[in-house]
Amino acid sequence: MNTEILGIILIFLLSALLAWPLGKYMVKVFKGDKVWTDFMNPFEKLVFKLTGINPNKEMDWKQNLKAMLGLNAVFFTVAIAFLMLQGYHPFWNPNDFSNWDPTLAFNTAVSFTTNTNLQHYSGETGASYFTQLLVFCWLQFVSAATGIAVCALLFKGLLNKESSNLGNFFNLFLKTCTRILLPLAIILSLALTFNGTVSNFDGLQEVTTLEGDTQMVAGGPAAPMVSIKQLGTNGGGFFGPNSTHPFENPNYFTNILENIAILLIPMALVFAFGFYIKRRRIAMLFFGVMSLLFVSFVAISAYQEIQGNPAIHQLGIADAQPNLEGKEVRFGPAASSMWGVSTTSTSNGSVNSMHDSHTAISGGIFLLDMFINAIYGGVGVGFINFFVFVIIAVFIAGQMIGRTPDFLGKKIEAKEIKIAALVAILHPFLILVCTGLASYIVVNNSEIGWLNNPSFHGFSEMLYENSSAAANNGSGFEGLGDNTPFWNIMNGLTMLLGRFLPIIGPLAIVGSLAVKKQVPVTVGSLKLDSAAFGAVLISVILIIAALAFFPALALGPLAEYFTL
Amino acid sequence: MDTNNKKLFSGALLSVALKESVIKLNPKVMIKNPVMFSVEIGSVIMLVVTILSAFMKNDSLGDFGYNVVISFILILTVIFANFAEAIAEARGKAQADTLRKTRKDTIAKKLQDIKNPIDNSRFTEISSSELKKGDLYVCEPGDIIPADGKIVEGLASIDEAAITGESAPVIREAETDKDSVIGGTKVLSDKIVVEVTANPGSSFLDKMIGLVEGANRQKTPNEVALTILLSSFTLIFLIVTVTLQPFASLANTPISIAALISLFVCLIPTTIGGLLSAIGIAGMDRALRANIIAKSGKAVETAGDIDTLLLDKTGTITIGNREATAFVALDNDDKEEFIKYCLISSLSDKTPEGKSIVKLAKEKSNATIDKDHSSLKDAEFISFSAENRMSGVDLADGKQIRKGAWDAIKKWGSQSSESDKNFLEEKVNDISNNGGTPLALAIDHKILGVIQLEDIIKPGISERFARLRKMGVKTVMVTGDNPLTAKFIAKQAGVDDFIAEAKPEDKMQYIKDEQQLGKLVAMMGDGTNDAPGLAQADVGVAMNSGTQAAKEAANMVDLDSDPTKLIEVVEIGKQLLITRGNVTTFSIANDVAKYFAIVPALFVVAIPGMEALNIMNLGSPESAILSAVIFNAIIIPFLIPLALKGVKYRPVGASTLLTRNLLLYGLGGIIVPFIGIKAIDLLVNLFI
Repeated sequence: MNTEILGIILIFLLSALLAWPLGKYMVKVFKGDKVWTDFMNPFEKLVFKLTGINPNKEMDWKQNLKAMLGLNAVFFTVAIAFLMLQGYHPFWNPNDFSNWDPTLAFNTAVSFTTNTNLQHYSGETGASYFTQLLVFCWLQFVSAATGIAVCALLFKGLLNKESSNLGNFFNLFLKTCTRILLPLAIILSLALTFNGTVSNFDGLQEVTTLEGDTQMVAGGPAAPMVSIKQLGTNGGGFFGPNSTHPFENPNYFTNILENIAILLIPMALVFAFGFYIKRRRIAMLFFGVMSLLFVSFVAISAYQEIQGNPAIHQLGIADAQPNLEGKEVRFGPAASSMWGVSTTSTSNGSVNSMHDSHTAISGGIFLLDMFINAIYGGVGVGFINFFVFVIIAVFIAGQMIGRTPDFLGKKIEAKEIKIAALVAILHPFLILVCTGLASYIVVNNSEIGWLNNPSFHGFSEMLYENSSAAANNGSGFEGLGDNTPFWNIMNGLTMLLGRFLPIIGPLAIVGSLAVKKQVPVTVGSLKLDSAAFGAVLISVILIIAALAFFPALALGPLAEYFTL
Repeated sequence: MDTNNKKLFSGALLSVALKESVIKLNPKVMIKNPVMFSVEIGSVIMLVVTILSAFMKNDSLGDFGYNVVISFILILTVIFANFAEAIAEARGKAQADTLRKTRKDTIAKKLQDIKNPIDNSRFTEISSSELKKGDLYVCEPGDIIPADGKIVEGLASIDEAAITGESAPVIREAETDKDSVIGGTKVLSDKIVVEVTANPGSSFLDKMIGLVEGANRQKTPNEVALTILLSSFTLIFLIVTVTLQPFASLANTPISIAALISLFVCLIPTTIGGLLSAIGIAGMDRALRANIIAKSGKAVETAGDIDTLLLDKTGTITIGNREATAFVALDNDDKEEFIKYCLISSLSDKTPEGKSIVKLAKEKSNATIDKDHSSLKDAEFISFSAENRMSGVDLADGKQIRKGAWDAIKKWGSQSSESDKNFLEEKVNDISNNGGTPLALAIDHKILGVIQLEDIIKPGISERFARLRKMGVKTVMVTGDNPLTAKFIAKQAGVDDFIAEAKPEDKMQYIKDEQQLGKLVAMMGDGTNDAPGLAQADVGVAMNSGTQAAKEAANMVDLDSDPTKLIEVVEIGKQLLITRGNVTTFSIANDVAKYFAIVPALFVVAIPGMEALNIMNLGSPESAILSAVIFNAIIIPFLIPLALKGVKYRPVGASTLLTRNLLLYGLGGIIVPFIGIKAIDLLVNLFI
C-alpha cells in the first residue's frame, strides 16, 4: 500500500515540477519571445497567408471573442457534417461504420468542440479511423488551443495599462497548437507507443485467446489520440473504456505518464500567470489554494477506496480488502483515486477506473471537483474559471479592509461583479436545473429506463452526467442510459453554454479591466499573496461550489454513504 | 449641537422606526432590496400555504399550526430588516432635524430693487421659505440670516454657534474669501446685503438630509455592486431550493413547502440584505455627526480609498500662526537694546507674529514701552508692503526702525559692516535650517539682529500621520514657507511630502500628478482660488467659513471648518466599507450551520442515516427548521447596533486587518449560529 501512495505522490510532484518550466516556456510563446520552436515560423506564416489572417493585428476583447466564436463555429459545423456523413468516407474506415443519428452527432460534435468529450457512443463500435483522427483528434487539438489562447488573452488584459489591445486570438491559437500542444503530444505519443499503447490502421484483428477461442480485437491509431486527449484535458478515449483499456493505458508506467499529462498544462498555466504578469507569489498562492483542495480530495478519495466497501466487509467475504470493483488491478485503488481526482478537477474526463463503482464518498469528491471546476481546471478555461472566483474573493476581502476592491490595481466595480456573479451561478444553474428536469421525468415516467440503479445512486448518475457536461469534463458515471435524444440534446446545450459563457464573461471582465487606470499599491491595499486572502479565496470557492450543491450531494453520495 | 449621542436609540425613535418598518412592507419599496423582497414573496407564499393547510391535508402543505409559526417568523424577518433601515433613517433624520431647527421660517427682508443693492433701505418682509436663488436680502444687527448666501455689500460680525458650535463671532465681508453666510446664524453687528445662493430645498443641508432619508437615497457604487452579488447568491439558492423538490421526490423523501421556503430564506444572505441600507445610512449619519455635510454617499465611500491627503500647514499641522521664540542680537552686549527696538517696531503690527514679538519681548526684557509711551509721540508707523517686504517706525527723534525679510533688511542696512552682514547670514541660515523663519531688524540702516519665528506643531499630530501612513494614506503638507522651513516642519510633523511656496496652481498640479498615477486625492480648502483644486480632487472638503465658490466646488462641507477633519473623513469612509464587508462575510458564513440544521431535518425521516449530519443534535426535524429560521430572523436586530455604530477601523496594515476580520466575522460567522441555533432549539423544545 505504501508504494501505491508513493506512486501518487510521485505523480503530483513530477507534474508540478514539469509544469514550472513549461509555464515559463508558454509565456515566451504567448509574448512572442525567442523559443526553440521558432522553426515552426514558416509553417505558421503559410497558414496565415492561406487563410488571409493578419496575426499581428491588435484586437480588443470583442474582436477576439468574435474570432474565437467564429473559428469554433466552423469546427463544429465541419465536425457534425463529417459525423452525419461518416458512411461515405472512402478510406480509413475498415469496419464500415455508417452515418450517425443526428442527435448523437450533435451531442458528439458539441462535445469535442467544447473540449468536453462526453461520449454517448463507443469509439471502437461507432467511429471510423478517419473520424477518430480527423474529427475527434483534430478537435482535441483545436479545442485545447482555443482555451489556452483565451487564457493568454486574459493574462495580457490583466497586465494592460489603459489599453484595450488583448493581443491576437488567431496568432495565439495557432502558436499554441504548433509550439505547445504539438511538441508535447509528439513526445508523449512516442513514449506511450514504446510502452505498448497501440498505433495501427489494421481494423479488427482476429486473435486466438489462451483458451483457444478466436476473438475480434479492435486496434487503431490510439497513441496519438491518447496523448492529446490527456494533454488537452479532452478526455475522449479512442476506445469506449477509455484509459482503463490496456491498449490505451497498458501499464503502471504509462499510467504515470498519462496522469502527469492530465495535470501538466493546467498546472503550467497557473505558473504561466505568475510569469506573465511578473507576480510569482500570487501565482504560488493560487497554486497553493488549488493544491490544498486537490491533495485533500485525493486523500479522502484514496482513503475511502483503500478502506473498501463496508457492505462487503459486513458480508464477511474479502475482509479488509480495498474497493476494487471497476478498477484495473494493474493500477490499484490509490492510483485510481489520483486519476479520478485529476481527471475531474481538470475537466479532462478520461478514466482509468469506473467512477460509477467508486465508494459513495469518492464519487462525491469527483462531483465536487466538477462543481468547482477550477482546481487547475481544463486547459485555459480552468484558470479562467478560477479568475471568476478570484474576482468575487477580491470584492469581499477588499471591503473587509476598508477599500473599494481592486485586482492587480484595477478597480472591481458593479459591471465586473455582475458578470462574475452571473458566470459563477451559471454552473450550478445548468447542473441543478438539468438534473431537476431529469429527476422530474424519471419520477413521472417510471418506465423510461434511464436508470439501472434506482434511488440515490441513480440520482448520482444523473447529477454526474449533467455536471460532467456543464463542467466540460466528459467522464461519466456509466450505468445511465444516456444515448437518447433527451440526454443528447440537453447535454449538448449544457456543454455549449458551459463552455462559451464562462469564456465570454471573464473576457468581458478583462476587456473592462484592461482599459482601467491602475491604482497604486499602498500598505492599505489588499495583499493577494497573503495567507488571509488565500483563506478568503478557498471560502468563496467552497461556498459557491459546495453550498449550492450541498442538498444535491446529500441526496446522492451522502445518502448512499449513510445508508450503507 | 449634539454630536455625542451615546444612546443608540431612544424610545421616540423606536416607535417611529417600528411604524416605518410596517409601512415599508409595501412591495414597491421592498423591490429595491432584492434579498428581502424575495423573503417577502416567500412569506406571501407561506401565508397562502397556511390558509390552504387549514382546509386540506397533504405532505407538501404540512401542518397548519407549524405553518402559522413559520409564516409569522418569515414576516418578522422582513420587518426586522425594515426596522434596521427605519431606525438608521430615524437617527439620521433626528440628527438632521437638529440642524434643520436652525432654519425655521424666519422673516427675510427682501430688497425690492435688485439692480441697486446700495440702496438697501427699501425692502419687503417675506417668509424665508419664499426666498429664491438670486434674491437679495438685508440683515441688520439681531437678525437671523434667512438663507444661505453670499454677502454682496458690507461686512458684519456673525454668531455661527447654532451651526458650528463655535461661540466666538466671525467676521464676514463682501468681496473677500469670507463672504458667505449660513442660514440660521445671527448677525451681531453692522448691516449687510446678501445674495441668496440656493433655492429652498436644495441647500447643502437639504441635500444631506436627502441622503439620510429613504426617498432620495442613491445607492453608492460599491453598494450597487454588493447588491448585485447578493442578488446572485439569492438566485443560486432559489435554484437550489426549487430543484430540491424533484430531487427529493426521486429519492422518495417528500419535503413540505414550509421546509423548502425555510431552507431558501435561511440560505439567502438575509443578514447583510437586511442591514445593507442601514449600514449605508449610518455611514452618512456618522459624517453628519462629525459636522460634515457630504453632497453624495459616493463621496463618503471614496474617502475610504484616499491615497493622498493634501493638508494646509497652518491650522492643520501647526497651531495658527508662527510665534517669536528667540531674539538673536548681532552684538550680544546690545541685546537689551535690540529687544527694545523689536518691541517698538511691533507695537503697531496687528499680525499674530507681531503680537507674539511684543509678548516675547516683554518676557525677555524689562522694557515696558507701549503704544502710548512718550518716546513714541509723533512716531510714524510704516506698515508692511509686499514691495519693500519691511515694516517699521520712524520715531520723532528721526530714528528709523525697520523690520522685515532678512534679505530686504540686509539691503537696507547699508551702514553695517561686511562682517556683520556675514554674521547675519549665518544666523539666518541657522534659524532656517531649524525650521524657523528669520525676521531681521535694523536701525538707521544698521543691522541689529534677527528675530526667530517658529511654527508650533500641534500636539499629537505626528501620531495621527503615523496612523494615516499605516492606512496607506500619504500626507502632503501645503505651505507658503520656503522649502527649507517647509522641509523641517514636514520632518518634525511626520508628513510624507510637502509643497513649499505653494500657489493654488501648484496644488492643482500636484493633485493632477497624483491622479495620473491612479491615486485618489483629498484636499481641504476655503478660498475661491482653492475651488479648482477642490473640484479636481476626488474628495474636496470645503470649510464652511470658506467662499461660496469653494463650497460649490467641493463634495463635502465641514461645518466646523476644522482642517484636521480630512483624517476623520477617511476613517468614516473606511468604516463604511469594512462594516459592509464584514457583515456580508458573517452572513454568508452563517449558511454552514444553517445547512447542518436544515438538511438532515429535511431527509432524516426517509433516510435515517442522515441523523449523522445532525451534529448539533437538534431535538426534532421540525424544531431544527424552526430554530434555524428564528436564528435567521433575530440575528438582524442583534446586529443593528453594529450596523449603526460601524466596525471600528484599525490601522494595522491590510493583511493583519484582513486576518483579524476574517477570524472575527468569518470564523465567528460559522461558529455563532451553531451555538445560537442549538440554544434556540433547546428553548423551542420546551414548548413542543
